[in-house]
Amino acid sequence: MHVIESGVGELIQYPDLDAFREWNRDKKSRALVDKVMTEQEAIARFVYDGCYIGTELYGTVRCPMSLAREVVRQGKQDLRVAGQGVEELDLWLGAGLVKKLDITYIGLEVYGTSSALRRAVESGQVESVVEWSNGGITWRFKATSMGVPFIPVRSMLGTDTFRYSAAKAVECPFTGKTICLLPALILDVGLIHVHRADRYGNAQIEGISGFAFEMSRACKRLIVSAEEIVDTEEIRRYPDRTIIPYYLVDAVVHAPFGSYPGEMVYLYERDEEQLKEWVEAFQTEEGTRAYLDKYIHSLANHQEYLEFIGRDRLEAVKAAVEGR
Amino acid sequence: MMDQPEYNATELLICIAARQMPDAVTAFIGTGIPMLAASLAQKMHAPNLVAVFEFGGTGAQLKRLPRAVGESRTFYRAVIASGICDVMETAARGFIDYGFLGGAQIDAYGNLNSTIIGPRHHPPKVRLPGSGGANDVGSLCWRNIIIMRHDARRFVPKLDFVTTPGYLSGPGAREAAGLPPETGPYRVVSTLALLDFHEETKRMRLLATNPGVTVEQVIENTGFELIIPAQVGQNEPPTAEELHILRDEVDPERFYI
Repeated sequence: MHVIESGVGELIQYPDLDAFREWNRDKKSRALVDKVMTEQEAIARFVYDGCYIGTELYGTVRCPMSLAREVVRQGKQDLRVAGQGVEELDLWLGAGLVKKLDITYIGLEVYGTSSALRRAVESGQVESVVEWSNGGITWRFKATSMGVPFIPVRSMLGTDTFRYSAAKAVECPFTGKTICLLPALILDVGLIHVHRADRYGNAQIEGISGFAFEMSRACKRLIVSAEEIVDTEEIRRYPDRTIIPYYLVDAVVHAPFGSYPGEMVYLYERDEEQLKEWVEAFQTEEGTRAYLDKYIHSLANHQEYLEFIGRDRLEAVKAAVEGR
Repeated sequence: MMDQPEYNATELLICIAARQMPDAVTAFIGTGIPMLAASLAQKMHAPNLVAVFEFGGTGAQLKRLPRAVGESRTFYRAVIASGICDVMETAARGFIDYGFLGGAQIDAYGNLNSTIIGPRHHPPKVRLPGSGGANDVGSLCWRNIIIMRHDARRFVPKLDFVTTPGYLSGPGAREAAGLPPETGPYRVVSTLALLDFHEETKRMRLLATNPGVTVEQVIENTGFELIIPAQVGQNEPPTAEELHILRDEVDPERFYI
């Protein structure tokens, strides 16, 4: 295949699909094993310094915040992050944990640009920044999900987003036209928050599924946090609702209000005041440190965090749900 | 005759953007002004406007205003709540008629920058959020409507970074790069004017000025040479009905306006 142009961005992880197949054969149990553990145990066991990590979904929606906070609490260093997550990445950037970044969008939507991103990238603290589109990074997960090293798409072409990515433009062997090839993205560890899971990791999501399907199939280790742990019978009665089957999952964490201060569709809305406090605090390094101390380092775990937030606020975000 | 109602610059942008959306089309909607414009259009002249949100919501009834592209209101009473692959692939197959885009900088060919400010990619002088779904929308939708504040720092001769493709370097450049034919920027709705792109040269052209704005002001606030046709129209100010719906039904919480 004739390569017309290659992006100059770093390919953060070599897409070795044969090694991934072997990993999935040797390291992922097919047995129904109880995988319920705490955030502390899951992050300690599966997230390590320098690992290539990603989160799902986006912005303030169904974000694995209890897991993301635990990563900060344990001070995991030099993370290589593939991201569309916004709140989680803002947190990690603010805590200075990110070394390399596959970026699509990190901003705070209605609250504007991310001060943490600006400081971490403009100072060069993040050593490598590789550009992708939202479609692009999801299709990279899809390539891994398909078990192939790249996927052809008609996005990103002709732009600097392409130039500063690790994609390639080639002449299509069938049509002769130019097409963009995106390399498969294999994460060392993925974090996904869901509505319900059983003890083995079978997981169901309500509402839009974002890119949970694709990302869950592109991780060597997958930590699922769930609002509710249900009996497997509940899964087996509604298997059509399962997005993630148990054999993809390495840890199941029971995390009620796990997306707070973000939202969880049909369960609770986001907490606007908490988000504003976050955004304001993160405008300075001192503010960021104080915020991380207040909401993460001085609290032992997610349970203490929820107690600190208080029943009134949690009841209020539940009551704000608008229904179907 | 009724007195001309008072309105602010954001309300004007929203009303003019809403008027660009016909009924019974699919439109890719991003955070902010496009959401308000789509919601206003649905309640005015386009009840069958199909709002498409990138993380999976398609066909929502925009009764209440979404605050984020993935939140529950983006699929409230929608026809499908799927995921990002489905939505982006729907655009790739030619099913999405309109896209909405914005950015920190735009050039004469409608290319957009939302990635960095300054000459160097890394480390940059100023880091902006990045493409998000914008590059996919700009690549794959049939017609893109760009919403921008209009000044010479934003309407520039050369972008610091091409995040999202407009007509790239001119006629034929999109197709040569491998992008789908007959796609590209369609309108620019700015705080000063409504603009389009010349059929042959693909360069930006003034269509109509906003109320109280002169052609000279548009030229002064544009950092590249605009095509100024012999006849330049004037955009109507927001009507009392548009403002009433916008303020009382679209954004009663005044989240954006």
